[in-house]
Amino acid sequence: MKTAGSNTNKVNPPLWLLCELTYACPLQCPYCSNPVEMANFKKELSTEDWIRVMREARKMGATQLGFSGGEPLTRPDLEELIAEARQLGFYTNLITSGLGMDEKRVAAFKKAGLDHIQVSFQASSADLNDLIAGTDAFEHKLEMARAVKKHGYPMVLCFVLHRQNEPYVREILDLAVTLDADYVELATTQYYGWAFHNKDYLIPTREQLANAETVTKEFQEKLKGKMKIFYVIPDYFEDRPKKCMDGWGAIFLTITPDGLALPCHAARQLPGLELPSVQDHSIDWIWNDSPDFNKFRGLDWMKDPCKTCPEKEKDLGGCRCQAFMLTGDATNADPICSKSPHHQSVVDTVEDIGRLAGTPELEEKPVLFRNMKNSKEIIKNKAPESV
Amino acid sequence: MLNDDVDEKLTSEVVPTIANSHRFQWEEVQNCHVILYPEGMVKLGDSSAEILKLCDGKNDVTAITNILQQQYPDAELDNDIKKFLEVAHENGWIKYK
Repeated sequence: MKTAGSNTNKVNPPLWLLCELTYACPLQCPYCSNPVEMANFKKELSTEDWIRVMREARKMGATQLGFSGGEPLTRPDLEELIAEARQLGFYTNLITSGLGMDEKRVAAFKKAGLDHIQVSFQASSADLNDLIAGTDAFEHKLEMARAVKKHGYPMVLCFVLHRQNEPYVREILDLAVTLDADYVELATTQYYGWAFHNKDYLIPTREQLANAETVTKEFQEKLKGKMKIFYVIPDYFEDRPKKCMDGWGAIFLTITPDGLALPCHAARQLPGLELPSVQDHSIDWIWNDSPDFNKFRGLDWMKDPCKTCPEKEKDLGGCRCQAFMLTGDATNADPICSKSPHHQSVVDTVEDIGRLAGTPELEEKPVLFRNMKNSKEIIKNKAPESV
Repeated sequence: MLNDDVDEKLTSEVVPTIANSHRFQWEEVQNCHVILYPEGMVKLGDSSAEILKLCDGKNDVTAITNILQQQYPDAELDNDIKKFLEVAHENGWIKYK
């Protein structure tokens, strides 16, 4: 196995290849993890490029493949990519809003060998769902969820939770039961990309979380063996960070629509990365030898408090993107950790939200919806600083 | 849902089959058999893989036990096989027919 820099440990192969096929999306969810500057990255990899990426990653040992975006259904070559991925031996996951799909396409994907479809919902009611999505989507999502089941796929329903829909966890799980979901992912909002801009709109209160946890446990008990429910406490409410992505360059390989290779889908924003492109380098080189994928691999990059922490192997210092966004330095400890000198800012944020939730001061702040117009606006406003 | 047959008990006549939502395959790089399912993978030991290879929708538990007992005549396999199948069923890897 090739090694690079001071990293002399054996590098395990990537297991997960996430193909972000496009940043185009008919939805405008304000918690989207895509970069806010997405309007700058309009060029998309060709079908041939994606096929080469899949072949190389599969050869290295990747088994799980996710097609996401943006909305991957906007790619007219999706059927072709699925067929190639399945023929290579990947377990193929389509991560979609359901918009851009009809029953005919659901059937065509099955024929191409698609293993699983994850349909996202924004809420359990049409009103709230469509408000958050920024478009009328709910009825079509219901229809697509039924089509997914009808065509024999395992179905994961994904609900991204935040302050606006967290009070409705019971209704959300009831909906999942009605739709006969096999798995439900109650995903917690991660505050990157658009979500970071909309933190005040999204961060839940402690009371909401306590209620969501109780309701989820009740359903987990009740549906044991029938429906798996995944629920994770948002890390802003913890005092130890998560082992983000199971480690930098350990399992996950994300390819952006324009062909950059990233150790996680939020890493594009980190300063000091070279952002290697699959159009210039092999997946093997990117994974094993590129400076980016070795930058935070293992433990050598750490400084205190992580460096001397007895728990460093457990969480690997948490999330690099969160460390950068909240402290300005990606090599700092994730400030979710109570050992971080920046931890108090996280505690303060949560307390502020708890105090102000329900008041006009917080609830009437403008929400930045994820769309190309807003992205262009952000780019325009940022431009003078970078000149 | 994952297991429509959730209340079913493992008996000798049950025919265990890999669940539709799951794939069982050999992985060259990992040098082992794996179970793949939505967004996840479990690596399998040799004996687990030997049992799952026989979960092809044709063999009932008695047949699986007999086939493996012939291959490994010195081992006491009956209980191990049943225990593994129960765990595999609980995890949703296999269905009982």
